[in-house]
Amino acid sequence: MTEPEALLLPPDDGSWRLADYLRRGGYEAARKALTSMAPADVVSEVRRANLRGRGGAGFPAGVKWGFVPPAGPGPRYLCVNTDEGEPGTFKDRLILRRAPHALIEGLVITAFAVGVPKAFIYVRGEYARTAGRLEAALAEARAAGFIGPRVLGTDFSLDVVVHYGAGAYICGEETALLESLEGRRGLPRVKPPFPAAVGLFRAPTVVNNVETLAAVPGIIRRGADWFVGRGLPKDGGTRLFGVSGAVRRPGVYELPVGTPLRRIIEDHAGGPPEGRRIKAVVPGGLSAPVLRPEEIDLPMDYDSLAGAGSMLGSAGIVVIPDGAPMLDILHLTARFYAHESCGKCAPCRIGTAWMLKIVERLRRSGGRPADLDLILSLGEGIRGRTLCPLGDGAAQSVRAVVTKFREELEQAVAR
Amino acid sequence: MSFAPSPAALAEIERAIARYPRAAAALLPVLHVIQGESGFISKEAADWVADKLAVDPVRVREALSFYTMFRTAPGGRHTIRVCRNLSCHLAGAEDILGFIVERLGIRPGETTPDGAFTLTAVECLGNCDHAPCLQVDGLDHAPASRGSVAALIEELKGRD
Repeated sequence: MTEPEALLLPPDDGSWRLADYLRRGGYEAARKALTSMAPADVVSEVRRANLRGRGGAGFPAGVKWGFVPPAGPGPRYLCVNTDEGEPGTFKDRLILRRAPHALIEGLVITAFAVGVPKAFIYVRGEYARTAGRLEAALAEARAAGFIGPRVLGTDFSLDVVVHYGAGAYICGEETALLESLEGRRGLPRVKPPFPAAVGLFRAPTVVNNVETLAAVPGIIRRGADWFVGRGLPKDGGTRLFGVSGAVRRPGVYELPVGTPLRRIIEDHAGGPPEGRRIKAVVPGGLSAPVLRPEEIDLPMDYDSLAGAGSMLGSAGIVVIPDGAPMLDILHLTARFYAHESCGKCAPCRIGTAWMLKIVERLRRSGGRPADLDLILSLGEGIRGRTLCPLGDGAAQSVRAVVTKFREELEQAVAR
Repeated sequence: MSFAPSPAALAEIERAIARYPRAAAALLPVLHVIQGESGFISKEAADWVADKLAVDPVRVREALSFYTMFRTAPGGRHTIRVCRNLSCHLAGAEDILGFIVERLGIRPGETTPDGAFTLTAVECLGNCDHAPCLQVDGLDHAPASRGSVAALIEELKGRD
């Protein structure tokens, strides 16, 4: 981190405007791509960078772009997933506020690379006020010729539309997002076909997360090798690790992919407040199975977290302190998925509702320790039996709380 | 009963529709415009939207019952959304929510009898580093404390 100008997130000092972004070398990458590179070269540079999707699934962005069929006569679209709603995740909000032009520049480069003339930015409805800066930045970019007709004087044109959701976590799932964008309930689609082949209005579509796109200008400007060098060979770059919960300095920390979880929590976020100890850590948003304190000496990259039976997800880290009853954590987890299940797949719709009912009974009275096994078996009934990852997220996060803190839960139930 | 948006809202609706390759895709933006003007989406307004976008009325009602930010009955002049997911829970969200419930005399999902406030308990608002957080009329208020919330409620009452 010796080059502050290479950081994705500048300080929160009002330097989000175009003039400041240009002073930091902004839009040089877009100029380079549009005036000196072929679209296919842009795709292969990003593929070489091993930029893995920052939304949670971790699919390599360059590979995803490569699935879009070669330019044909019909329309094609780019959608920016700004439906940030995974509990414990607030990084995309900060990009909207502090670096909206990094997102816009990444959007321009990506649209050029996949030959898209029209892009939609799907922003969760609750971020409408926060996205005021994004809209202001888009107006600046339009006035300066970075989006709109004949971008930077080339033959490439790009129309960008900001679209606001209206309260539905599920719309962060890419096919639900497309359904929502088409004016329907956000119900995930059957995959395949994947959006790259059949997406928005049945046209080839790329859906990328905000942080993913914001990382693209750096790759084009400084090269794939530079990007890989900042992270891990198979998982390049830096990431915005959000840390909240029981730490002295909650916030977002931009660090190399692979930075150990314990170091992020203790060195960067200051560790738990005086007199508190870490009881559990959610490493990547609520859907990522919770870790016990002895499990947090892990490099924060997709493969390492998967190897530990959890998930890097959105890299939203939440530190749970001693003294926080795990029955409460179990309850809010079950409540979240029961509330957010879209209802399309029966195992998720019914399973999450029953998990919540059982947890509520455990909290009142009349619950039995054996109910914990019932919760686990409901989870097994959901896992792998749904169209989208929400069901798996519900099953695995609930399962981790129940199995890793079983003794405490049983004692709480017995009382 | 028939519904008609104001000329300004209608112009905004036309601009929204023009941004999409198909009119139906403008459903959410159009509903946002109408709710912004009327405070809620009446049955008549929903049917007007269906007609305007050339979709079946049921499709509008499906959306209204799916997306939590739309309301089909009048709400308060101010809407308070209190986050109660993990990070906010750890920072005392239940206490903040209980305090607001006590102050306003309503439960989540309800509106005060004078029509001033609607209170909702919501999932993550993506402001976890400022927990506990809430939004008032879409504006972030975080971190929230009993004191800050009491002052906020008084200020909003004074503004009406």
